[in-house]
Formats: sequence, C-alpha cells, structure tokens
Amino acid sequence: MRLIAVCAFPLLAGLLLSGLPAARGPRVRSAWLVAVAGVHLGLVVTLWLAPADSALAGWLAADAPGLLVLTLTSVVFLATALYSVGYLQRERPRGGRLFVSGLLGFLGAASVVALSQHLAMLWVGIEATTLALAPLIFHRHDRRSLEAVWKYLVLSSVGIALALLGTFFLATAQAGVAGRPLVMADLVAHAGELHPAWVRAAFLFLLVGFGTKMGLAPMHTWKPDTYGEAPSLVAGLMAGALTSCAFLGVVRVTQVGMAAGQAAFMQPVLLGFGLLSLAVAAAFIVGQTDVKRLLAWSSVEHMGLLVLGLGLGGVGAWGTVLHMINNGLAKCWLFLVVGNVVLASGSSVAGANRGILRLLPASGILLVLGLFAVTGSPPFGLFISEFTILRAAIGGGHPWIAAATLALLAVIFVGMAVLILDVALGDPEPHAAKVPESAWLVAGPAALAAAVLLLGLYIPAPLRDVLERAAVALGGGAP
Amino acid sequence: MTVSALAAVVVMLGIAPLLPGVAVRTKSLLTGRHGAPVLQLYHDLWKLLHKEPVYSTTTTWIFRAGPLLVLAALLLAAFLIPLDGRAAPLSFAGDLVAFAGLLALARFALVLAGLDTGSSFEGMGASREVTVAAFAEPALFLCFTGLVLATGSVSLSGMLGTPLGEMWPRAAPSLTLVGIGLFVLLLAENSRGPIDDPATHLELTMIHEVIVLDHSGPDLAVILYGSALKLGLFGALVVSVFAPRAGLSAPAAIAILALGLCIVAVAVGIVESVTARLRLVRVPQLLVGAGVFAAFGMILLLA
Amino acid sequence: MQTAPQLVLLFVVLSDFAVLGTTRLTTCIRALAFQGLLLAALPLMLASHFSTHVVLLGLGTLVVKAFVLPRFLTWAIREAAVRREVEPLIGYVPSLLLGVLALGLGFAMSARLPLPAGREALLVPVSLTTVIIGLLVLTTRRKALTQVVGYLMLENGIFLFGLTQAESVPFLLELGVLLDVFVAVFIMGIVVFHINREFDSLDSARLTELQD
Repeated sequence: MRLIAVCAFPLLAGLLLSGLPAARGPRVRSAWLVAVAGVHLGLVVTLWLAPADSALAGWLAADAPGLLVLTLTSVVFLATALYSVGYLQRERPRGGRLFVSGLLGFLGAASVVALSQHLAMLWVGIEATTLALAPLIFHRHDRRSLEAVWKYLVLSSVGIALALLGTFFLATAQAGVAGRPLVMADLVAHAGELHPAWVRAAFLFLLVGFGTKMGLAPMHTWKPDTYGEAPSLVAGLMAGALTSCAFLGVVRVTQVGMAAGQAAFMQPVLLGFGLLSLAVAAAFIVGQTDVKRLLAWSSVEHMGLLVLGLGLGGVGAWGTVLHMINNGLAKCWLFLVVGNVVLASGSSVAGANRGILRLLPASGILLVLGLFAVTGSPPFGLFISEFTILRAAIGGGHPWIAAATLALLAVIFVGMAVLILDVALGDPEPHAAKVPESAWLVAGPAALAAAVLLLGLYIPAPLRDVLERAAVALGGGAP
Repeated sequence: MTVSALAAVVVMLGIAPLLPGVAVRTKSLLTGRHGAPVLQLYHDLWKLLHKEPVYSTTTTWIFRAGPLLVLAALLLAAFLIPLDGRAAPLSFAGDLVAFAGLLALARFALVLAGLDTGSSFEGMGASREVTVAAFAEPALFLCFTGLVLATGSVSLSGMLGTPLGEMWPRAAPSLTLVGIGLFVLLLAENSRGPIDDPATHLELTMIHEVIVLDHSGPDLAVILYGSALKLGLFGALVVSVFAPRAGLSAPAAIAILALGLCIVAVAVGIVESVTARLRLVRVPQLLVGAGVFAAFGMILLLA
Repeated sequence: MQTAPQLVLLFVVLSDFAVLGTTRLTTCIRALAFQGLLLAALPLMLASHFSTHVVLLGLGTLVVKAFVLPRFLTWAIREAAVRREVEPLIGYVPSLLLGVLALGLGFAMSARLPLPAGREALLVPVSLTTVIIGLLVLTTRRKALTQVVGYLMLENGIFLFGLTQAESVPFLLELGVLLDVFVAVFIMGIVVFHINREFDSLDSARLTELQD
C-alpha cells in the first residue's frame, strides 16, 4: 500500500495543482512542491525502516536497486524543491502551474520506475518521465530551447522505442517458460530456461534504448544541448534522478542477463560503451566554454563509469551502485549551484561569469568543492566508488581498462578545473550586481554536498546492507 | 522446336501491331474521345511500306542498317520466349542473358542510327534512352533472378514455362511482385507513360520518338513494327508470369496469350491515362522501385 | 505463403517503401495511414479467438493510427504550408536501395531469432524491417514532419513485433503504449509548429545553433 502511495501521491498532487485555480503565485506553488517532496521523502524513509510488502500482485516492490534509486530521486527532488522556492521568486517560467505539475509528474513517474518489478511498467514510467520534462525544457519558447527540446524529444523517443522493442524481445525469450511475463522475480528465477538469442537481442536493444535516456555515448548527442538550455533545476533533476532511473533499466536487464548466463556476451558490450563514453566526454570537456554544457559532458562521463563498473562485475557492481548514488547527488548539487551563477549573470558561458567566489561566496565555495567532488577527489564519495570500480578492473584482469580510465579521468579533471576555476576565481566584472544569496538557493546544494561528503567518509550500515544486496543481484559482491 | 511454339511465334508477330492500337483506344475512351481505329498501325505499316524512303545527306550506312538490325534482333528475341507456355523454339541455359542482350542490341542499333543523323534532337533522345536503359537493365535482371530462384531453371523456357505453373501456389506473392516489376519495366523499355509520352509532339519531351524522327518509308515501318513487337515481347513476359499456361492445349495457350497481351495493352492505356508524365529525374527512382519489388520478391523466396 | 496475415504483412512492407521513395508529404502520410489500417486488421486476423481485448485493440489501433495521427499530421502540414520534401540527406534512390538492405537485414536477423511455434513467423522480419526503415526515414530526412512520420513507422514496427506477444503483455500496457505514442506525437507536433513559427521553415537542418 505504501508503495502505491509513494507513486500515486506526487501524481495526484500534480494533477491537483494544475486543476486548482487558487494555485496562483510562485509562493503557493513552491510551497506545494516542498510539501509534496517532504512527504515523499518521509514515505521513502519509512520504507527503509519497515520494509513494505509488494503491491499490485508483485508488480511493485522495493528491492535493493529500486530502493536506492527511489531514495536518490526523493532526496534530489527535495533539494530541488527547496531550491525552487528561491528560483521561482526570481524567474517566471512560462506556464507556471505546468512547470510545477510537470515536476511532480516526473517524481511520480520516477517512483514508478524505481519500484516497478514489471519491465513493461518500468518502460511506461520512463516514457512518462520523458514527456513530463519536455515542456519544462521548453519553458523559454525561444530558438535555442526549441532546438534543444526537439533534439531531446526525437532522440529520447527513438531510445524509448528501441527499449520497448527490447522489452518485447525479453517477453519473447520468456515464451513457454514458467512464470509471469516480464516480472523481474520470475525472469531471474527461471533465467536458465530463457531463450539465449532473444535474451542477447533484448540486452542490446534495452542497453541502447535506456542508454539513450542515460546519455551514454554514442547516443548522448542530446545531452549537452538539453542540459545547456533547460533551467538549472530541471537539468539537476535530469542529471541526478532521470539518468539513475534510466540506468536502473539497464541494471534490470543486466540482472536477467547475468542470471541467464549471458555474462560473457554482455561484458564486452558494457565495457565498450563505458570506455567510449569516457573518451567522448574527455574529448569534449577539454576546451569547453559553457558551464552547463560542461556538466552535461561530465554526466556522460559518469554514465560511462557506471556502465563500465557494471561490465567489470565482481566488486565493480558494488562500486557502480554506490557511484550511481554519489553521482546523482553530486550532479544535482553542481547544477543547482550553477543555477545560482546563471541567475546572477544571466548566462552560463564562462566569459560572462568571473570571480564567483567573491560575487556569490556560498555558491562559489560549493562550486569549487563540487568540482573536486565530481572529478572523484577524496574525501568525497565519488572517490570511493570510482576507486572500487578501478579495483574491479585491475582485479578482474583488465589492467589496460584501468589505465585508460585513469588517464581519461585525469584529462577530465584538468578540463573541468580549467573552466570552473576560471569562473570561480578572479575579480568579478565591474558591473556585476551583487545578488543576495537567499538561504533557499543554497540550502539544497549544501545539503547534497554534505551527503556526498558523508558518503565519502562513512557509509551507514543500512545503506551498506542494501548496497551489498544490490551488488549480489548484479552478480558481484561487496568489497 | 515444336509446331505449337512456332505457331505461337507467328501469332505473336501478327498480333504485335494490334497492341499499340488497343492502348491508344483505351486511353481515348477513358478521356472521353473515340480515338483512332484499333487496327490503325496495320494501315500505317502498309502505307509506309509503299512509300519511298528519304535519307539525309549527313547519314551513312549505319542509318540504313539500323532499322534492319533492330528488327533482326527483336525477331530472334521472339524465338527465345516460350510463347505457347511450354517451350520456346530456341532455348539453352542462360538464354535470359541472350534475351536481354538482344534487346540491348536492338536499342544500341536504334541509338546509333539516331546519332548518325547528326541532329541534336536525336542525340538528346539517345542519351535519355540509354539513361533509362541503364536503370532498367539491372531491374530486369533482378526480375529474371527472382524467376530463376522461383523455378530453379536458368532458361527462359523453364522460368516462364512449365515449372512456373508448379511454383504458383507456393510462391504467389513473390511472383506477383516480380510480375509488377516486369510491368513497370515494360512501361520503361517501351517508352510508354509515365516514363515517356508516346503521343507527344514536343521533341524536347520525347525519349524514344525523337530518335526515330528522321526515318521514313519502309525504314519507319520497320521501326514502328519493331516497337510494337518489343511491346508484345514484354507483354508476353508479363502474361507468362501471371498466367502460366503449361497444362493447357496449344491452341488454348496461344489464345490466352493473345487475350493476355490485349489485357496488358489495356492496362498500359489505363496507366497512361491516370498518371502524369514523370520528371526525368524521377525515372531512375521508379525503376529502382521496380527493382525493389523484384528484390522483395526474391527475399521472400529466400526466406 | 498463402494466408491473409502474410499478405497484409507484405503490404506493410510495400507501404514502408512507399514512404521511403516518395517526395510528397501527403503521400507519406497516406502511406502511413494505410499502414495503420493494415496494423489494425492484424490483431483480428492473428487472434485464435475473438475476445473483447482483441476487438478493442484492433479498433483502438484503427482509430489512432489510421485516423487521428494522419489527420493531425495533415493539420500540421496545412499550418506550416509545406508540400514537398527537400532533397533528403542521402537521396531517394540510395534510400530505396538502403530499404532493400534493411529488408535483407530484417530477414537475416529474424533467421537467428526463432519464434516459438504457433505464432506468425513473418511478423518478426517484417517488424524488424519496418523498424530499420523507420529509423532510416527519421535520420535521413530534413523536414521535421517527415521525421515524425519516420518515428511513427518505427512505432508501427514495434507494434508489429508486439503482436507476437499479444497474449503475454496485458491489455492495459498495450493501451498505455498507444497512448504514449499519441502523446509523444502530440507534443512533437506542437514543437514542430513552434519550429515552423520560430524558424519559418520545417527544415531541421537549420537547427544548428547549439553545438560544441
């Protein structure tokens, strides 16, 4: 019952908001957003304390990977909701109610994705998240955002369509095998009897399809444009929560594939996509001039790391799930901070922004810390997860992969540092206005930063437990 | 070389001039006119044979030899097709290539004769004709390959004769597609609409008609008869694919051939009435489309 | 080779090639509508017994794919006042040849992906072919509307494949799938409208402002 509530509550809240004529004004809307986000997170916390039974005849259940994605989404959404209080005071996105309803619809759809044990329902959820966010990217109604939303829609839709085909392939693999069709538990339980050719075909199509939603190279081309043109809080949600939900789709098919004994087929494919994403990201990060696009490329890089870890197996699986959480939190943090920068100067290009540390002290500090976090420096959490993935590479007999990854990560660090330090340090433009940093605009990112720092120093026992369960489900183990 | 096969060839040679007349009559009726008599071409041929040819001073022996070569090639090609539904008078393995080659020879002779006049109209027509042919030939071979795959025989007598009748129940969709491809090729090779308009009087829009602009008298008669015969040969291909007549008696088979040719001519007339003439740049597309039909049929057979 | 569903699937492939080879947008949309009609007939032809599920699915597909979506696209054409497609990225003749390649690929892939007995075997190659041709149209055409047509063909191909699993994937989800397509195209249509307004053309080759 709680599981249904977790999914339905945000959807209903969104519908209610769009229907209510009294919901005028940004204060009401952002208050609504924060309230719903808070209740949602509360519900999710109860799922940790007292595990819920599966709902809808086993179609909704909070298994280890799903619970992680759900919690990540909820936390990121709350931070974004807090941020929106300050944001909506300054900016007036067109179609105000649609903006907030879209966000709430996204939360509901993402919850469905996280909790869904039926792969077709998972697919419907991901498509719903695509549709929910599309109008939000387009809010400025100008040429650039139009171009961005067009590319986003076309590529996402193609990816989703291919993922649907992959889902159908999986259903075909299950033909004649006992168990409910497309339900994870039955798929894994009877994996040995699944038809191997169909499982392989399903894996390929689902990887490409959901990989498009994740922003994995070579299906990543929509990412820089979309993240660059969308409002920062939407971009933060996408980079933090949406990519993780899409990654969950890949995780599910990998689970089934591992159980069906197709690991030997899947690993090279995953490794190939992972390394390609890292290489492409490194190539485009060097010389980047726009901060939001830089973060988009960084997102591509981290998606590559996630898939790489998945392909390496063993301890890498643990590293991947931890990295998913760390990356989600850190990306959202950075996008929200960059949002502050854009609010102050009106543009995300490096040329228009300088001396942020002096202009917006809190945001500037968070920006520089975020640079170090996202590139995998200790003591932040991403260091632990990236280190674990590298350990898996070396331990699994892939020293060249580890070396290549390290080299690319180094290049990315330099590339990102150049731009972000350029923006943060120096003297502000003489005519730059000193924008008062409201607590709302800083609270969200600061909380996320604290979480990432915490995860780098100490992983709480319940989280450690769930991480291990998720890793085992992926055919690996905890370090 | 059976009697029925030879009789069928004779019937084909006789009935060929009827077909353009049928096509024209169909077109006229569909457009609300009465149109020329169906036997008009016979009268024209008779009239032309009694006239004296006029030769331009710029032409050489090629111009005089052209029409004869055309007729010879087409007559020989007529002997390669199993017109009585069973076997052709001349058949050997790979004679489909010989058939295509003879048609190409006829076209080559015609084009050379046209170029020999030194007129720019003929030259333009010649270049268009061979461009269309460049796209039509691969499509023709694709259709033939489809038939080869269906019947397992590499001789036209096998591809269009008895084995085809046996294959129809099993491979009907593929054969239909090949047949449609052959019909489009018929339109293209015989310069009928929508590739060319046989009734146009504007030289700049012609493809085939303009090459033969300078011929007169018996030469022109031979050329006109050759065009009609070519139409008949392609029509016979289409009829053989759609109506295999292997199990019927010889007279019945020949009668059905004649009937089928008239139906093909009517179909040509209908197509010419309902479609507009294609722009020249679209003609390759149409021919590739015909090839695609044949390729689709082939893939279905292979699957 | 003689059953009615196989004949219908043949016509589906022919309509794919029609979209691939034509220059006129209205012909594209008519071919798509025809394809929708064929797709609506297939569940009824393939079903072993006529349940309400099957009938409703056929009817729903008919309404959405053969009427609503083509009508909506025609409205979009009228709004944007476009008629023809400009020369696409790879030309019509190469497109047709690639289409034949797609057909071969579809049949080759389906040879390695055997369907369990009892289902129409021609569905797999035809669905894969339609998916590949849809992707081809989507990636090589310049006008945004033709890209939408290509996407709809992609969805048609997936629908075709889904017919092999008509019993397994429940009714609710098939309806959800159709609805999702509808909404996605609706949103795309609105964006197309804006593209035309903003750029005075539906030529997506003009969408080049954003780049690294």
